Amino acid sequence: MGFFNFEPAALPPEAEALRPQVRAFLDEALKDKRPVDRAWNWMGHDQDFSRKVGEQGWLGMTWPEQYGGGGRTFFERYVVMEEMLAAGAPVQAHWVADRQSGPLLLRFGTEEQREFFLPQIISGNACFCIGMSEPDSGSDLAATRTKAEKVDGGWKVNGTKVWTSSAHLAHYMIALFRTDAEDKHGGLSQFIVDMKSPGLTVSPIINLAGNHHFNQCVFDDVFVPDERLVGKPGGGWNQVVAELAFERSGPERYLSCIQLVYELLGIAARSKDPAMVEEVGRLTAHAMTLRRMSLSVAGKLQRGENPALEASVVKDVGGVFEQSIPEIAARLVDEEPTLMDASNFQQVLAFLTMEAPSFSLRGGTREILRGIIARGLGLR
Amino acid sequence: MSELRSILTDSVNGLFGDKITRELLTRFDETGDDGGVWAEVEAQGLTRPLVSEENGGVGGEWRDAHVLVQAGGFHSAPVPLGETILATWLAEKAGLEVPEGAATVIDGSDGSLSLTGDGRTGKLSGRASRVPWGTKAETALVVAPHDGGPMVALVRMSDAAHVAPNQNMARESRDDVSFDGASVQMAHLPNDVPADVILQYGAMIRAAQIAGAMDKVLTQTVQYANERTQFGKPLGKFQAIQQEMSRMAGEAASAGVIAEAPFAALDEGLNPEWQIAAAKARASEAAGIGASVGHQTHGAIGFTYEHSLHFATRRLWSWRSEFGGARFWSRRLGARAVDRGMDNFWPDIVSG
Repeated sequence: MGFFNFEPAALPPEAEALRPQVRAFLDEALKDKRPVDRAWNWMGHDQDFSRKVGEQGWLGMTWPEQYGGGGRTFFERYVVMEEMLAAGAPVQAHWVADRQSGPLLLRFGTEEQREFFLPQIISGNACFCIGMSEPDSGSDLAATRTKAEKVDGGWKVNGTKVWTSSAHLAHYMIALFRTDAEDKHGGLSQFIVDMKSPGLTVSPIINLAGNHHFNQCVFDDVFVPDERLVGKPGGGWNQVVAELAFERSGPERYLSCIQLVYELLGIAARSKDPAMVEEVGRLTAHAMTLRRMSLSVAGKLQRGENPALEASVVKDVGGVFEQSIPEIAARLVDEEPTLMDASNFQQVLAFLTMEAPSFSLRGGTREILRGIIARGLGLR
Repeated sequence: MSELRSILTDSVNGLFGDKITRELLTRFDETGDDGGVWAEVEAQGLTRPLVSEENGGVGGEWRDAHVLVQAGGFHSAPVPLGETILATWLAEKAGLEVPEGAATVIDGSDGSLSLTGDGRTGKLSGRASRVPWGTKAETALVVAPHDGGPMVALVRMSDAAHVAPNQNMARESRDDVSFDGASVQMAHLPNDVPADVILQYGAMIRAAQIAGAMDKVLTQTVQYANERTQFGKPLGKFQAIQQEMSRMAGEAASAGVIAEAPFAALDEGLNPEWQIAAAKARASEAAGIGASVGHQTHGAIGFTYEHSLHFATRRLWSWRSEFGGARFWSRRLGARAVDRGMDNFWPDIVSG
């Protein structure tokens, strides 16, 4: 008893009041999107869409008004986020910046950095990517080797980042570099890299489905000015841990396959197959549970508490749930998955079957998350 | 948490934690004797959290009942606490006399039982199977069909024509009871109470007990994994063990979160039906995983009668099937989702 604190959270009226506005906005903005387009979920990239979201005042909602933020609650932001995900809106161009890069700068950034970057994020004009993983440093983040050497007026960066989602579309990268070879954890620092920097080469890594989300980013004597160091030199490890808690905390960690649940429900409604009806009910029970857990994490954010442990639990349980959905759909429905001209179910199933392996890799693998949970249990 | 709720939480956990030992549960298994736990529960006034103060209750909220029932699940309390809480609530709600002593609830809304008579007294007939604590309870609250629609009745268990003792895997009594014109007090089912209230609210109680027992298995297993050494280090240091225990922890957390949901809905004056369905379906699924990982981690010692792990795991395996199992409630939830259609799926998740 008492390993976790999933205190029940209820959305206040001002948060619920946003819901119809967000739905009306999405109905209009997404009216031409097919289910298979919506299945991209938060991997869908559309900077124009992000600008429209910014115009609504739905980016940087919880940030201080002095930077153009909304000064609103995490619950209001939560409603906007969950409605976007449930509708399959293409949120990738602002998602990372709104979720973690902005909060990182608010916590550790300089005044100049906040004044320069936050308004760009809030208007939906700045897309951020995250430069953490490297060829020899995946889950083992402390093995980061890409080196930032102190030079006059800044830092000279050499090395390679991989699996960098949206690097080919992003304007900025929050990157973790090694600034001290001797100190494993204390020798890491975070920087903001302008993606147009000379010496930075971004090349695609095509995933198994033939899609281009992630990239390899090679740094060849890339200059990063002093004022783009985030926080303290050597503070990178602790800052990244705090940032990952934000990364793991949102409703995107259980809604990746929601479009397939809709399609499965449509088929169950037509067929009345009891096995399908039962499975739809089972998935509903899981979704209701995860939504309450996820909302409870938003409550922790609102109270200023550290959500890291509970967020890891939600992401782990949510990841298992998300990945089970294509398996269940394939088992229960006799329609072959394909991305070619076919039913919405067939297309969505094909898309999500091929994307699903990434759900328990991105943002911390299942094994890493369970290690964090095990620590929370007092096992390590 | 309200002041009342923290007082209740402390007293119930104090009482059960002190009194319910391995020895007591062993004696319960052998003889059905609760070792005085029920008497103590009554003495501390924990059986009527939902009854008004005028009728000897504490006038609390459903979430106050929740902490009591969950604690009962955690400690494997061998007493009809949840059933009595429901029975006393329903009796007062329907305008019947609030029963003294241990009480149970019987769902006759499917036609297995029927009521006859006029006004406030009548006769109960029919057969009910697997009545929880049928041999222990002094009275039962029954919902059964009557000419004019479903009614609530209060019957003395000593007026049953026959009680055939039976048990679940945890040796809690689940008895077959028949009535042949037993005298009852009766009342109309209140408008805001569904005809299958016993089934629904019973499932809500069992889900909360499962959540408590999941916490217990998790707690015991963490403790064991930190104490038991193999290959020169505690079991808990092995990644294979950590991965599985984290999975169990996720299931325990899920069961805990959703089990609380219908109690909260009732406190907000909302219809709890879909939260109940989700809670019982989800917690019943979690129960099997919790028991399985708990036993796997404990190894052979946890498979012995001598080790106490089975007091919680046999209850998990029993409770998951009582008042409707995962399949029953998934189908009910699924039927609604299918009926409401794909466009309403998300709005319904959000609205509870």
